[in-house]
Amino acid sequence: MIEIERVKKSFGSLTVLDEVSLSVNTGEVVSIIGGSGSGKSTLLMCINGLEPIQGGRIAVDGIEVHAAGTDLNKLRRNIGIVFQQWNAFPHLTVLENVTLAPRKVLKMSRAEAEAIAVQQLEHVGLGDKLKAFPGKLSGGQQQRMAIARALAMSPKYMLFDEVTSALDPQLVGEVLDTMRLLAGEGMTMILVTHEMGFAREVSDRVAFFKSGKIHEIGSPQQIFESPQMPETRAFLNSVL
Amino acid sequence: MIDTALSANDIWFLVQGAGWTLLITAIAIVAGTLLGILFGVARATLPGWSTLPLGFLLDIFRSVPLLIQLVLANSFIPILGIRATPFAVSCLVLALYTSAYCAEIVRGGVLSVPLTTRRAARSLGLTWWQDMKEIVYPMALRVMLPSWIGLTLGVMKDTALVGWIGVIELLKSSQILITRMANEPLFILCIAGLIYFLISFPISRLGARLEQRWRDND
Repeated sequence: MIEIERVKKSFGSLTVLDEVSLSVNTGEVVSIIGGSGSGKSTLLMCINGLEPIQGGRIAVDGIEVHAAGTDLNKLRRNIGIVFQQWNAFPHLTVLENVTLAPRKVLKMSRAEAEAIAVQQLEHVGLGDKLKAFPGKLSGGQQQRMAIARALAMSPKYMLFDEVTSALDPQLVGEVLDTMRLLAGEGMTMILVTHEMGFAREVSDRVAFFKSGKIHEIGSPQQIFESPQMPETRAFLNSVL
Repeated sequence: MIDTALSANDIWFLVQGAGWTLLITAIAIVAGTLLGILFGVARATLPGWSTLPLGFLLDIFRSVPLLIQLVLANSFIPILGIRATPFAVSCLVLALYTSAYCAEIVRGGVLSVPLTTRRAARSLGLTWWQDMKEIVYPMALRVMLPSWIGLTLGVMKDTALVGWIGVIELLKSSQILITRMANEPLFILCIAGLIYFLISFPISRLGARLEQRWRDND
């Protein structure tokens, strides 16, 4: 379970998260929607401790993310994150990209790590690209590789940060299919997305972010069919 | 046949000079690179103000002509009460000089690795050190290698200046031969130049080959 309580985050004088609270239960899929610069992506970075916070608390399975004694490297094994810019490691093959963390962080043998990596890469439809370097792959393929890389650590939670925003339109579908597959398997996911149709389809709950606050949160039906807040309505009208 | 007074002994004398050139280059490059990595990583990862004094010191090593540094070090080190041979002084000065340039190469290399790529590595649970070793080092190496090869070749040629403080390296040994055989200076310099080239060429070829291999993978 991920518990976010009254989290405050600012960059200098700019407040990015303003007392945000959100709980995500195991097996739940929560989508975060909202305009650019509303703090959505920053929230994900705070959940796995890539960004410090200035107030409030975040706990993952009861472990305080921003407490001084917390072993972030250990915590991060449980939290996979996939970024908008897929961030492939360009000097490693697809297979090596995926086996790196299991080998170095979980201390698996090469054979063990490769078995898992091959399985994950086949899962995302890249079973035939094991020896390729990322530079030879399309954006969609690189993004699916990044998903396999995160999954190879067998995380309990997956965070997706606008993973389709930087892709050519015709490549978006393949990445969404992969995420749909994960949601169907019961993975706990938080996704920041601009794909409203997808958010509506896979989410258990949808949160609308504006100016660093959750303005409205509810079932996809509520948010997309009868939003309560005028800001939510205005946002949805502008994107749908 | 070329008509020359140069004997096999004289050629051997030049080769010995080349040996000193190689030795000083090797020591300066190895020590300078290790120091340069340390300084460069510090400059790239620590807060700016904390490495300001280091940056200033390295600026001095980069901006004062090497010859002045050599002569000053050779004069001042004995004044400090430290006994050092010209060879030791040469190695020390050239190593520091190399480290100053290498630090900038390393700093640029480390900063060339996108922050987002490093975040991706850390998000997988890799430690700072593992991120440095597995991601930053190999990625930065591709950026740094051409400059580092250039630095190595430059330092190798700069060793010609240590003749001024009495180390008989390749250029100095050719000058000694020239004073003895005053009518053949150009021929002797041609031989010395050829030896410099024979030392440089394999290094630059190695660099080109590594670059090519990496390019094939990208």
